[in-house]
Amino acid sequence: MHLAYPAVLAVLLFCVGLYGVLARRNAILVLMSVELMLNAVNLNLVAFDVWLRDALHAGQALTLFTIAVAAAEIGIGLAIVLLVYRNRGSSDVDKLTDLAERPTEDEQAQPQSQQQAEAAA
Amino acid sequence: MTLAAASHGFLTPSGVEIAFLLVGLVTLGAAVVTVTTKQLVHAALWLVVALGGIAVEYLLLTAEFIAWVQVLIYVGSVVVLLLFGLMLTKAPIGRSPDADSGNRWAALLVAVASAAVLVWVVVDAFRASWIDLDGAVQGSTEVSGRSLFQHWVLPFEALSVLLLAALVGAIVLSRKTGEGSQETGRAAAPVRREGQR
Repeated sequence: MHLAYPAVLAVLLFCVGLYGVLARRNAILVLMSVELMLNAVNLNLVAFDVWLRDALHAGQALTLFTIAVAAAEIGIGLAIVLLVYRNRGSSDVDKLTDLAERPTEDEQAQPQSQQQAEAAA
Repeated sequence: MTLAAASHGFLTPSGVEIAFLLVGLVTLGAAVVTVTTKQLVHAALWLVVALGGIAVEYLLLTAEFIAWVQVLIYVGSVVVLLLFGLMLTKAPIGRSPDADSGNRWAALLVAVASAAVLVWVVVDAFRASWIDLDGAVQGSTEVSGRSLFQHWVLPFEALSVLLLAALVGAIVLSRKTGEGSQETGRAAAPVRREGQR
């Protein structure tokens, strides 16, 4: 089998997952897209392991580890999403802006920090 | 390109390649529907098709143990967890018009640009590389088990500790802080008072 088949399929799946992560609004749909990206990487690992005929089978072992880590990630991720939903009534990632820098607060904060800097000088 | 192309024609694909291509098209289509559909539960169900297609691709690459692990873990548990998550967050049944955020076109641009660059690089790099699938099976349960428990025992055990930590973490996160648990109540009380101020 030509190596380009699995490699190109993995690339395309990864980019589909990338689009989903960037474009989706529901946090659980973002997690689904992350799963697609992880699966693309797993397909690459298996294909290159079979291509190289690795004696240690590092690619397949790493694929199993990635699957286990992805299972742990989905458990923790869903717990966090449920917690966010319970606290805010929505699992919309666009509304989680507590850590965002708002321009109005920036403009208010900048003169103060300049005054502090002048006072310190 | 000389010897490899002589023995494997690029325009005369073998049966395994045709099967891989067809299953790959189904997988890719299901993935695209997963990230574009407006119905949230349908997205989870199309994800089953995509992940099952990847399991079939593993079988075609002779990695059968990983294929069954994929079916067990992803199709069996991860998708069920995602469906439970959708239900517990009261996801709307039917079409939800705000499933995609406003930066969809920027996301499409980024995805298409990275896909073009990566496909170009990958095809250019592996133009003359062929996977030999006719030799000994690379990923049967015996081969995978031997390599896993001979060379990868320590990472394997570390992974079980990680899974345990994730399990405890998920339980702690998703547990409701009831009135019965005094310790968490005491720890949360100052935070709550600050929030009220």
